[in-house]
Amino acid sequence: MAEILEARHISKNYGGVRALKDVTFTAYRGQVNVLVGENGAGKSTLMKILSGSEQPTSGEIVLEGETVQLGSPRAAQALGIGIIHQELSLFPNLSIAENLFAGRELRKGGRFVDAAGQRRRAREVLERLGQDRLDPDTLVGDLPIGQQQLVEIGRVLLEDVRVLIMDEPTSALSNHEVDVLFEVMGDLRRDDVTVIYISHKLDEFRRIGDWVTVFRDGRLVAHESMSKTDTGWIVRQMVGRDPDSLYVRNSSPVGDVLLEVRGLTVPGTVAVDDVSLSVRAGEVVGIYGLMGAGRTELMETLMGMRRATAGEVFVRGEKEPKSTVQARMAAGLALVPEDRQRDGLVQTMTVRDNILLATIAKLTRGGLLAGPAEQRTARDKVSELAIKIPGLGALVTALSGGNQQKVVLARALLTEPIVLLLDEPTRGVDVGAKSQIAGLMAELAARGFGVLFISSELAEVMAMADRVLVMARGRITAEFTAENVTEEALVTASASESALEASA
Amino acid sequence: MTDTDVAAPAPTAAAPQPEESRTALKRAALLLLRGRTLVVLVVLVIIFSSISSEYLTQSNLILMTKHVAINAILAIGVTFVILTGGIDLSVGSIAGLSSMVAGGLLFKGLNVPGGTVFFSVAVVILIGIVVGALVGAVNGLLITRFKVAPFIATLGMLYVARGAAQLHSNGGTYPDLAGTEARGNTGFSFIGVDSLLGIPVAVWIMVVVAAVAIVVTTRTPFGKHIFAVGGNERAAVLSGIRVNRVKIAVYVISGACAALAGLLLTSELGAAYPDTATTYELNAIAAAVLGGTALSGGRGTIIGTVMGAFVIGFLSDGLVLVGVSTFWQSVVKGAVIIFAVITEQAQQRLQSSLTRHTA
Repeated sequence: MAEILEARHISKNYGGVRALKDVTFTAYRGQVNVLVGENGAGKSTLMKILSGSEQPTSGEIVLEGETVQLGSPRAAQALGIGIIHQELSLFPNLSIAENLFAGRELRKGGRFVDAAGQRRRAREVLERLGQDRLDPDTLVGDLPIGQQQLVEIGRVLLEDVRVLIMDEPTSALSNHEVDVLFEVMGDLRRDDVTVIYISHKLDEFRRIGDWVTVFRDGRLVAHESMSKTDTGWIVRQMVGRDPDSLYVRNSSPVGDVLLEVRGLTVPGTVAVDDVSLSVRAGEVVGIYGLMGAGRTELMETLMGMRRATAGEVFVRGEKEPKSTVQARMAAGLALVPEDRQRDGLVQTMTVRDNILLATIAKLTRGGLLAGPAEQRTARDKVSELAIKIPGLGALVTALSGGNQQKVVLARALLTEPIVLLLDEPTRGVDVGAKSQIAGLMAELAARGFGVLFISSELAEVMAMADRVLVMARGRITAEFTAENVTEEALVTASASESALEASA
Repeated sequence: MTDTDVAAPAPTAAAPQPEESRTALKRAALLLLRGRTLVVLVVLVIIFSSISSEYLTQSNLILMTKHVAINAILAIGVTFVILTGGIDLSVGSIAGLSSMVAGGLLFKGLNVPGGTVFFSVAVVILIGIVVGALVGAVNGLLITRFKVAPFIATLGMLYVARGAAQLHSNGGTYPDLAGTEARGNTGFSFIGVDSLLGIPVAVWIMVVVAAVAIVVTTRTPFGKHIFAVGGNERAAVLSGIRVNRVKIAVYVISGACAALAGLLLTSELGAAYPDTATTYELNAIAAAVLGGTALSGGRGTIIGTVMGAFVIGFLSDGLVLVGVSTFWQSVVKGAVIIFAVITEQAQQRLQSSLTRHTA
């Protein structure tokens, strides 16, 4: 097994914080090298160093036996090291071909863009990515997220890439899109390209990886051939404890129906089509489905953010006449949105203000805010949900993903809901925070809340939900109880038609 | 979603010395940047008073503060709007319109069937402010109901309100606002000319407006809602905040403040011109920006805006006093505003680099 890229004794300090502590990492040629670890474990820092956008405090990098200086992303690129970041960096207003060549346009006569040449090369790259049906002139903004991800990979493939670093490329992809991506990775491997792949999704990277390297607290704690590991071993290395304790199953007795939905229909590009469901007190109900299946739209409609053209919503047996956020909140619904940054947090505000945002109007005396009451209310929620914060007055952006999620959850709980709507509550949070959030959901159910949550992760939805509803193309296509649910059944019910094919 | 891969603990005692002193230096720089408007103001006063002995006299300070008052009131209103992520370009025109409405009521009264009615000064002032608030409400409705971008809606209103001001008198001036005892409408000069306890009434009014605005923005739920709407509108909607109401309210506040400023100016001049307060919106926005209000919304303070108005006013009057030509005055004023925004960004960068390390 030949090493291609080695990072030797790398340490990296940010101010007083040591993000990497004497890490020696090896990537093998023509293999998929998987990096795992909780948020803050040091994976992304190492990748930033290997791709030239950060410099190590100490240590050296060896590429094919030679010590190299990666002073800038451009220098790394010149040596054949390319990186695909977690967030897409494409221009939605430009075509696929223009995106592929952005910043390094092919020239004609030294001055003008060679559009025809770019189109031709773009077609070749798309073919290599198995997307020969795609027109290079298509606007990237019109593509589904999975194909956008492939365009991003295409950008790297245009260069002569020897090492391709991928930082959580699947976090926004549907299962089918992940399959396509993995096929492409298989092809790259055959072309002798080395892949370094960062992921949080245990079931996914086990399919594709050859080697697995585990990071914890800035240290490399384990490095093993994938075939010699199992999921339990990886999770134990990541969190330093047993994976069985990861998810907590709700086992509280079920009470009255708290939320009932009948025939809810919302038109739109992603529609909700004749959805009926119910959630009882003490029950945790999961909605599984692919992205674009209408799950988020269903939640937003329940919360009064979208108008339904047909259907009824009952809370505690009473029909809800008004579909405004205020009315639904007063009735006892609370939504924790999927995209924290876009829909959840006010980034310019403090932790305290974010927690109190929905209920601040109640914390007044004589029309003015009651400072001590604010402080007390916020502090109580912080300790109840075990939110790790530098202080209530700190900006909310200073928190980690999991703690930001808890801030949004705290705000929802303060509205005194009876049914909690959680849209992908564990997306983008590390394993430890995942487990805590799962525990909170079970605890809330035990306290008599109804919990309705969306998940794209099979393991999670199977482990946490008392009942699982499957959504595809706006409809509920199947319903399972915790006893009769299987992975195969869920996948089959969710993939009546895959998102990628539908839009191609 | 950003997952920063930097571990969370606070800097340990084992951290190397240079790092610590650099952080301390950064903190000091940040403190200086936060208080930069005050720093600039102090520097201005020092410079001008060393050039001209006139500058730091009591009478000149009072005079300059009176000039500041009108812009400060306009700027406070505009700050409410900018905090929600909007902009109000129509405040100068609203000031002009309310000036003409009030001037007309004082000079020629209101024609009603059966004769002409004159209102007392207090009622005239109230009507003037209500007119401004109503124009602001129209701005708010255009922006919320008809989804017109704030820049466009208020740019349109800039022309409409100015046109309305000119139509009010067919382009003419209401030259005499003194009123008569018989009509019971004397005393309009009180707000713009007179003094209380040696300080101009206009300055007292500015102090009251600023105090109320500070309480509203920092100590009421409505204030928090303003910051939330400007910081992240979608999150505000999801938190049950009536975003459209908040937006309409801030344009109403801005319109009312503009009208009040227009009335002060009119009272000071003793006559109502349709061109009153032309381009004042730019000075108001400049004061807000200079005071650290982010045009992207969600960040800023009333006190900062007031300080910004002081810097602009003290700078303008200082340049006049030391005899700098009006052309150079414009250049200097513009340069100061641009410099302010650059330092604002430096502050943001420094702040985020510090929180990243201590989070």
